[in-house]
Amino acid sequence: MITIIGNSVAAIGAIEAIRKVDKKIPITVISKEPYVAYGRPVISDFLKGKAKEEKVLSYRRKDFYDKHNIKLILNEEVVDIDTKKKKVITLSGNEYKYTKLLIATGGVPFIPPFKGRDLKNVYTFTTLDDAKKLLSLSKDIKKAVVIGGGLIGLKAAEGLHAQGVKVSIVELMDRILSLAFDKVSGSIVENRMSDMGIDIYTEASTEEILDDGNGSVRGIRLKGGREIEGDIVVIAIGVAPNASFAKKAGIEVNRGIIVNDHMETNIKDIYAAGDVAEAKQFLYEQKMLLPIWPDAYKQGRVAGYNMIGVQRVYEGGLAMNSIELFGVSTISAGAHTPQNPEGYEFLVDVDEKRYRYRKITLKDNKLVGFIFVGDIDRAGIFVGLIRDKVDVTPFKDKLLKKDFGFIDLPYDLRQEKFWKKFLEVKDASCIEEVCPKYTPDYVESDSEVIDGE
Amino acid sequence: MTMKRVYPREEYCMGCRLCEVACITVHSESKDTIKAYKKEFPREPSRIWFEEQKPDCFSFMCRHCDEPDCLEACISGAITKDPETGIVTIDEDICVGCWSCIMACPYGALKKKVRKDNKMVSSKCDLCIGRGINPACVQACPNRALVFK
Repeated sequence: MITIIGNSVAAIGAIEAIRKVDKKIPITVISKEPYVAYGRPVISDFLKGKAKEEKVLSYRRKDFYDKHNIKLILNEEVVDIDTKKKKVITLSGNEYKYTKLLIATGGVPFIPPFKGRDLKNVYTFTTLDDAKKLLSLSKDIKKAVVIGGGLIGLKAAEGLHAQGVKVSIVELMDRILSLAFDKVSGSIVENRMSDMGIDIYTEASTEEILDDGNGSVRGIRLKGGREIEGDIVVIAIGVAPNASFAKKAGIEVNRGIIVNDHMETNIKDIYAAGDVAEAKQFLYEQKMLLPIWPDAYKQGRVAGYNMIGVQRVYEGGLAMNSIELFGVSTISAGAHTPQNPEGYEFLVDVDEKRYRYRKITLKDNKLVGFIFVGDIDRAGIFVGLIRDKVDVTPFKDKLLKKDFGFIDLPYDLRQEKFWKKFLEVKDASCIEEVCPKYTPDYVESDSEVIDGE
Repeated sequence: MTMKRVYPREEYCMGCRLCEVACITVHSESKDTIKAYKKEFPREPSRIWFEEQKPDCFSFMCRHCDEPDCLEACISGAITKDPETGIVTIDEDICVGCWSCIMACPYGALKKKVRKDNKMVSSKCDLCIGRGINPACVQACPNRALVFK
């Protein structure tokens, strides 16, 4: 019997893996939210008015849980795990047994101990319910302050702006999106947002959330005394792994739940995946949190397979983000801006006025990261070059080309990509067999292929 | 069993781009080449990437991976893989245009597409699902530089 705590992408990844192999084993999913699995990042489109609730909830089709024979328990928060008797205990006192357990509880918004954080109209933005609250409020308010210029903060700002709210963003670091971006790309997006009417304060530390005298907020005060007005405050500093109940149960937790290459924790038969897990990394030696959607799915899948005895090893997380703000598309991945740039090589092409930027980071002639702003076509090819650890020496001069593609790769490498990975017979002749040389009627003699024959 | 895919034989490709014409036509509203090019706006993009640096050229499209990176990265759930046929498709009505699939696909197979209603969505090869025969690009290639196997 498999029990999964949490009902987002890591849980879905696990379910889809398990059901590929085993249609029968009972699976119970316990979620503290009242919804079926939903596209969590899509809540920003919901706030913008671009996606209706129905669309947010269509991450998997309506018959998903029935079709996969899943017992779904909503509105139940797991607060404890009895690892000896192999059961989980919820806030309402219910107990659920397991033979294998997956913890996929994601993250919870981190709220620093600001003075005034318990005032009315202080919100976070990580769930559909959060988005619903902000959307219903947005009609009645004029100004909002968003604390935190990371992805969640900027998305909340964009959504509120679309609803006609004047938004100010307060960021502690010297730039917005300090994790996904470097200084140049940060400033390009910052300029774009300023042009659209959003006030951005960088290197600004929030000291206090201000009381309007009636227990509700009226704005914030920064260190140094400056006050910024707002009818609501959205705290979007970051998320922390939702792992405290696991720690209490004796599961090893650093920042997140420590897992091995099979996504198993220090306690046998208990696995963790997604934002709650601290797992192997592709580019770094040490385990790390990597709260991004694609890796949560991959981790869930690895956990799912291993839970039913199919050996799978997690290849290691690779940071990547696709972020579109006010019509400017951006994709970044890997170690694009290493803290110590020694030993790295940077290829850069920038046109700030057109909101365009390309930076490619190499180490020992191998791609380790990149940032694209503006033109993001085929960015995944670059992610592939990172994952495959391809030596780019023969085509380094072409990497910044606007239409860089497989034509720029050496012949052998692209043949590998085209078909060698997929066909069982690792030999070109099998293609020739199914498709003998074709000579159209109007050609008198057999035309010859010069290369490759 | 390995599913059938379209494989490029670049030694045979001469860059006529008829595969793109075929792709645009069969994915157009009218299924008529002239109308698709002259009357339908915005025009359906070719789901094939044609690349050329003379004399080298080829057409390349989605590999319909066994474990598609695009599907894993998709935040809206628009991308699905048919368990029977293995074909990976995008439901444009669910797609929110976040471009996570463009970020994740190591083949660079996906393209941005502007729909009639001005909505931006992702677009990719669907192996001409439902045509019942070879994909249109394979059928159109005069040199058999595309093989469906």
